Amino acid sequence: MTAAYTRPGTRLLPDPTPESEPFWTGGANGELLVHRCRACTRWFHPPAPVCFRCRSLDVGPEPASGRGRVAAFTINRQPWIPAYPPPYVVAMIELADEPDVRLVSNVVDVAPEDVHVGLTVDVFFERWDDVWIPLFRPVGGVR
Amino acid sequence: MRRVAIAGAGMTPFAEHFGLGIKELVPMAVSEMAAHVDKGLDRADIEAAWFGELTTTDGFPSGILADTCGLLDIPVTRVENACATGNDAVRNATYAVGSGVVDVALVVGADKVRESSARGTFWEWAGLTRDMAWDYPLGLVAPANFALHVARYLHESPATREHLAMVAVKNHKHAVPNTKAQLRYEITLQQALDAPIVVAPFGLYDCTPQSDGAAALLLVAEDVVDRYTDRPVWVRGVGLGLDRVMHQHKKDMTTFPPTVKASRAAYSMAGLGPEDIDVAEVHDCFTGVELISYEDLGFVEKFEAYTLIENGTTAVGGSKPVNPSGGLKAKGHPPGATGVAQCVELFEQLRGQAANQVDGARNALAHNIGGPTAVSAVTVLSSEKG
Repeated sequence: MTAAYTRPGTRLLPDPTPESEPFWTGGANGELLVHRCRACTRWFHPPAPVCFRCRSLDVGPEPASGRGRVAAFTINRQPWIPAYPPPYVVAMIELADEPDVRLVSNVVDVAPEDVHVGLTVDVFFERWDDVWIPLFRPVGGVR
Repeated sequence: MRRVAIAGAGMTPFAEHFGLGIKELVPMAVSEMAAHVDKGLDRADIEAAWFGELTTTDGFPSGILADTCGLLDIPVTRVENACATGNDAVRNATYAVGSGVVDVALVVGADKVRESSARGTFWEWAGLTRDMAWDYPLGLVAPANFALHVARYLHESPATREHLAMVAVKNHKHAVPNTKAQLRYEITLQQALDAPIVVAPFGLYDCTPQSDGAAALLLVAEDVVDRYTDRPVWVRGVGLGLDRVMHQHKKDMTTFPPTVKASRAAYSMAGLGPEDIDVAEVHDCFTGVELISYEDLGFVEKFEAYTLIENGTTAVGGSKPVNPSGGLKAKGHPPGATGVAQCVELFEQLRGQAANQVDGARNALAHNIGGPTAVSAVTVLSSEKG
């Protein structure tokens, strides 16, 4: 199987809310915008109007590094999602900025059998209409 | 709080009931329960009902129960708490009877997963219960959600895919004598290991089937239990625990904190501990979840669950049999009914009448986890009033 990622024919797209719009559109500027609490300086996700840790209302999106590690992953071999052909890797990525923040995404540009817990990955963005889906690939490019 | 007893239990077979809806399955289970009350049940005695149903497929749940069971003069409350729905319905009714407000309560659980096609289940049916904004569009359907946990568990513990397969082999074997079970056939370790992968590390035989069914229990207060039976099963403890819904902040993927919280609450209320449990029905929606749950329920130390399945401890005949009914894996899993049906099985076990009887069982535990992995309900039952 070739490891290089090809964009699927279609993707199910999120419906951004005022809260989540920065996350889904930050990719327009190449930025992974994750919510951060200015009171306790901790990052959190998904975005919310209140910090769940210290309950401060002084929160907002900030650019994260986009670097992370695979915390857990599964190789999906069944066609659950219309027009998204298996196999594909669903993974939890723990962000380098705050390992307690874990994004669910797809790890691509790597053969599924070569994905492992701890694999270092970088974000990139795939544009669909007016949203930019954050996806991840191994640091150093296609494997 | 007053002591609460189970005085009757019944269920439909778990199966693909293409010809039956919730409107048929619910009264079938209630009738079987009523027929199993040793000294008989006058339905006019039932003072309140709790109905666990995860997904509404036949219309307004409480109304359907009242309507189809002829219980129009009592309050009926629908309980929905993801895959913990069944044991949470038991918990709610236990509080009502224990409080002294109600002497006789009905608990019913039902669901019809096969209302949608096999291919569409996790997209259409389960999609109603998932977070569509963040996880689902990227492929985090229910099996993938549990697969992430078990993948990380296999990474950190000595357990392997072979141990997952052993759970499947055990629970399939347990289901063979159970006439209510959906998958009544044995499989081999090799069959399980060679089966098509669904979401790694789960192959076909690591996953529960899609099931329809209903189950019912009669809960009565200690003051009136003699009217119904001389051999009650006591609800000694109930517990419910939660965790973050979103995976983004689950700190440890190798444990389900809701199970730890729910079981602690139930053990504490029961005055019993994990070492006292003689037989358990554990939420094995996926084989690896049974292994992790051995640890969360306190049956074994962290990362040592594999030893229990390797040495036969959790098989019928071992010292702590788990899922003698076949479990979700082989008995089936219509979510709202699942927890209630676990208690139906344990009612029979504690009265020495189960199809796959565990010799001398006195204390039992039922466990659900779901939500995804954000809610757990645990019920501790005993043949002794305590």
